[in-house]
Amino acid sequence: MNFSIKDSPTIDSVGVAERVARLQSRSIKKESKVEGLKLVLSMIDLTTLEGKDTKGKVHQLCAKAMHLHDHYPELPHVAAVCVYPSMIREVRNVVNGSGIKVASVATAFPSGQTPTRLKISETKYAVKEGADEVDMVISRGRFLRGDYNFVFDEICAIKEVCKDVHLKVILETGELVTLDNVRIASDLAIAAGADFIKTSTGKVQPAATLPVTLVMLEAIRDHFYQTGEKVGMKPAGGISDAKLALQYLVMLRETLGEDWMNSELFRFGASRLANDVLMQLEKERTGVYQSLDYFSKD
Amino acid sequence: MRKSTKEKSSSSGNGLPKGEKQTKENGKTIERLQIMKTYKMYVGGAFPRSESGRYYSIDNDRLGTVNICLGSRKDFRNAVVAARKAFGSWQARTAYNRGQILYRIAEMLEGRQQQFREELLALGSTPKEAQQEVESVIDRIVYYAGWADKYQQVFSSVNPVAAPYFNFSSPEPTGVVSAVAPDRPGLLGLVSILLPVIVGGNTIIVLASQSQPTPAISFAEVLHTSDLPGGVVNIITGRTAELVGHFSTHMDVNAIIYGGSDKKELTAIEVNASANVKRVINLMHAAWDSKSCQGPYQIMDTQEMKTTWHPVGR
Repeated sequence: MNFSIKDSPTIDSVGVAERVARLQSRSIKKESKVEGLKLVLSMIDLTTLEGKDTKGKVHQLCAKAMHLHDHYPELPHVAAVCVYPSMIREVRNVVNGSGIKVASVATAFPSGQTPTRLKISETKYAVKEGADEVDMVISRGRFLRGDYNFVFDEICAIKEVCKDVHLKVILETGELVTLDNVRIASDLAIAAGADFIKTSTGKVQPAATLPVTLVMLEAIRDHFYQTGEKVGMKPAGGISDAKLALQYLVMLRETLGEDWMNSELFRFGASRLANDVLMQLEKERTGVYQSLDYFSKD
Repeated sequence: MRKSTKEKSSSSGNGLPKGEKQTKENGKTIERLQIMKTYKMYVGGAFPRSESGRYYSIDNDRLGTVNICLGSRKDFRNAVVAARKAFGSWQARTAYNRGQILYRIAEMLEGRQQQFREELLALGSTPKEAQQEVESVIDRIVYYAGWADKYQQVFSSVNPVAAPYFNFSSPEPTGVVSAVAPDRPGLLGLVSILLPVIVGGNTIIVLASQSQPTPAISFAEVLHTSDLPGGVVNIITGRTAELVGHFSTHMDVNAIIYGGSDKKELTAIEVNASANVKRVINLMHAAWDSKSCQGPYQIMDTQEMKTTWHPVGR
């Protein structure tokens, strides 16, 4: 695992904007739209990350994950439920055997402002509680100071604790300021052993955007060309409607190809997205525009 | 729909509407170009064109050819989203505040009477008719402004029950309402439909008259400058036949008002509305210029009665 920021290419932000605009102009209708929307559903990490989360709220979210909309035949379930470490066991108990993964944030989410040893022990706790996937945050303060070694070592240390548990590394692109930084952080996280790279915590604006996602996808692509390893991608935060989600899939398909078009290698971190996708699916099925009144609360 | 186009033959040979001011500059006579207004729709507090890019034209003597947006189902869908978004805070405002805002609409319209008269004249009203219609509109707004904080008391009740409960009923807004305005009168019909709906805390998407859409859009400008939050009133222009299906099937619409004149359309609306049990309010034979078509019962058309059982001690 070697990492040097000299290996990260600089990013042409005008080029990124143009590429994004072109990808956004695709129009996906009818059967392909339905298939695309079902794929989106299967890639969702249904998320609740609030200080006010209770067992009841988490149970409700798990119920939604397992019964998205039972009126609709043969709907896939979401990929995972994502919660704080204190709620892992609750989720585990409810979704056990359903095929839905349990994801937990760790490492002083969302700020990451604690010493590394505490982050390690929090991650150990999450793994012990039974998380299938851990979403960690990088130390943005250190990163912006240019202390790349510290950030790199920290990710390595967390990865060591995670072992087989999937590690998603949150770059919090909303705080990284430039696309060049996003590219460096992506390369750094991939080199340090991330299974997934993830845009945002959802607590900072802007969260996931198409340009940032494109830069990260290209980092994944370049890594694949060099090593043959496939790293996953998870845009999170601010993706609340089906149309936007489909645009992410278009970008994914055009950047990384079909191998990435599944929940093993691509996820959406979202809470409201599922209902909008369901409403669009019902619109295609029944021909009339839908109301949130007829879908479960999220 | 199309009216004669005398203006085209009588304009001064260069395509300009007649009656333009002429100014002299360096000895040359320069005709001033008239600035034509672009009539757009009113959705979510903004004035968008139709997403479809389509339009239809109305020719008349006074305004020349006017292009009107031919709204599509997607425009309507966007309007419902805007109306749903605006509903929460609009219904939570105090009744008194809603009354103030309605009164403000009347104030704004009072100062712009002339413009509305001109638009009605251009669409074939006589000067007297135009004056009467604009005045009736203003009076009707003031009328409903007055009812804003009164209909609740009139229709609420304390109900006798044979149990230790304090039992009372009071009206609450139905939600998002869609409406088809009558073809004529283009302004008074539209306003008479939307006033009782919004004064009761609902939000509305209304399809303006197909033959007289211009005063409806100008009325949106009045609403826009009257402290009415964006999305409470949304005005779509276009063809009734094309849009009425979507107006009546949309699951996020809680009631539909029909001011048109086609029985078959009304029947189709009633059938469609059954999918989510929308209220259907039939105003097919309303006498728009008569006082009989305004009143607190019109407000109650888009209200739901909520009954509360409150336990009391002995």
